[in-house]
Amino acid sequence: MQLVLDYYNYWVCIILMMVGFYGVMAKTNLVKKAISLGLFQTGILVFYITIGKIEGGTAPVNVAAKGGEVIYTNPLPHALMLTAIVVGVATLAVAMAIVVNIRQTYGTVDEHDIHLLEHEMPD
Amino acid sequence: MDLITQNIPALIVVTPLVMGLLTGIFGRKAAGWWMAMGTTSAVLAMAVQLLVNVLNSGTLQVTYQMGNWPAPFGIVYVVDPLNASVLTVVALIGAVVTLFARKSTLNEVPQDRAHFFWAIWQFCMVGLLGITITGDAFNLYVLLEISSLSTYTLVAMGKGRDRRALTAAINYVVLGSIGACFYLLGIAYLYMVTGSLNIADIHHILTTKVYPTWATDAPLYHKTVVAGFAFMAVGLSLKLALFPLHTWLPNAYTYAPSAVSALLASTATKVGAYAFIRVLYSLVGIDFAFSHLHTDQVLLVCAGLAIVVGSAMAIRQQNVKKLLAYSSIGQIGYICMGFALANQDGLTASVIHIFNHALTKGGMFMALGCVAYRVGGTRLEHLRGLGRQMPWTMAAFTAGGMGLIGVPLTAGFVSKWYLVSGAIGAGQVLWAGVVLVGSILALIYTWRCVEAIYFGQRAEGAPVVREAPLTMLVPTLLLAGASVYFGIDTRTTTEIAGTAARFLLGATP
Repeated sequence: MQLVLDYYNYWVCIILMMVGFYGVMAKTNLVKKAISLGLFQTGILVFYITIGKIEGGTAPVNVAAKGGEVIYTNPLPHALMLTAIVVGVATLAVAMAIVVNIRQTYGTVDEHDIHLLEHEMPD
Repeated sequence: MDLITQNIPALIVVTPLVMGLLTGIFGRKAAGWWMAMGTTSAVLAMAVQLLVNVLNSGTLQVTYQMGNWPAPFGIVYVVDPLNASVLTVVALIGAVVTLFARKSTLNEVPQDRAHFFWAIWQFCMVGLLGITITGDAFNLYVLLEISSLSTYTLVAMGKGRDRRALTAAINYVVLGSIGACFYLLGIAYLYMVTGSLNIADIHHILTTKVYPTWATDAPLYHKTVVAGFAFMAVGLSLKLALFPLHTWLPNAYTYAPSAVSALLASTATKVGAYAFIRVLYSLVGIDFAFSHLHTDQVLLVCAGLAIVVGSAMAIRQQNVKKLLAYSSIGQIGYICMGFALANQDGLTASVIHIFNHALTKGGMFMALGCVAYRVGGTRLEHLRGLGRQMPWTMAAFTAGGMGLIGVPLTAGFVSKWYLVSGAIGAGQVLWAGVVLVGSILALIYTWRCVEAIYFGQRAEGAPVVREAPLTMLVPTLLLAGASVYFGIDTRTTTEIAGTAARFLLGATP
């Protein structure tokens, strides 16, 4: 129990990632798949943020004015994750655009149905 | 002029980025292709210049600091013999395939969106060149995603010809994103340990401060480093389509537009393989990855299976594009086997095969593009009897097929020669045998095509087709000719690949 409470932020990351990963693997609905992918990426975002955090750390803004020894959170992972969020949004957008196209040409967004339709086509 | 020559490492990535944006806005009608052609030619010139600069510099290394921020804090671009040669491969293939793609995309890409196609085409180049040149682990992730996102879109653009391009693309999106996420997670672990993102800096901290403690009573961060490396290795294996993580590749290459297949088959997976080499040799170091963790054993098994299973799957395909896609999985196996052997010959084979296979497969996919342009399909029955009607295209295809088998006097022979001697040198006779089995399987699938081309008859009533237009034929013959030329005159390629291999092995203490 102590292990869970002490590292609860890491557990959140693991749970988020695994829920997303399960969705990507098990769901046949392509929209749900894309959303699960987003969840998986969010898990990693939280992981990065959590490794930059120090207990009692503040924002590294205007450190000199606060005087004395100031403990501040590492800002670099935050900066990295801004980039990763943009990448995640772009991935989701591309995935959704393709799903919309699939709906228009196949008439369904279910992987199982698509597979049946494709099975009849020659190579 | 000085301003340009001094900033080549940055310009090689920035030029296609800026030009891609401009193409998206101003590149309607024919202008799009001209802009893409201009960009890729300029990139090729810069890549060759960089290769010459690096080989002539005493340290074999050119470092470029973005915005003059020094190494561990700013992003640096580091060019050494390995990535200078991969850059040249990407730029060369990019320029030649762009030349080919003008006519080829007319039929296959909706023309009202051609300017977006050419914009994304250039963004794909940005990603591939950027992955190759960057010396920063997180920057590599961003560029990996730039190249992947544009690749997904380029593959999906094949939907006009076959709607399965869309399902291939969404499959690729899902698996590609998971691969990239794993890589990102891997960096997080290494960042936790080292507090750095610069590849050389991480390597320095790991080898001086972390690894030495593992022999003592108080080992530092052992599990963290192992987990980080494992995530990165799996993520990059997904990107380079190493067996059993190859499932996205066959459909993506089959249903993409011909020009896109040619570009991706010869550059995208190669750049993935380069990134893997970089992580193994320059980031974590082979002492950790191979001697300590024995990743080389896993890689050798995967590579061996890739060669056998990929080639065997290729034999049973009816669609020749899919046949070549499965054959690519086998060829990636050769590249991985080379760098998993971790000796001079094996690594040379790996680097040389990145180049040789790019020429060979690029030429073959472009030949199939010519067939698709004239005949309208790439199934085996479409190739039947074409030997008399499209002699030059089919000669290029056959030359490429010879290269896949590894017939002497083709480029494929050179890489296999080094690979087999590397395997024997490492005492791994079994894997040398697997290479030979792969060649026999390649002989079977190439023969199926050659038989259809030269001994088959055109279907009754099928219209007589002409040779492909010159703008498509010349690039095809150029790559096919180069794959034969570099099989005969092996001095340049083996020397550069040998230098790259020596540099990598020497740089790892």
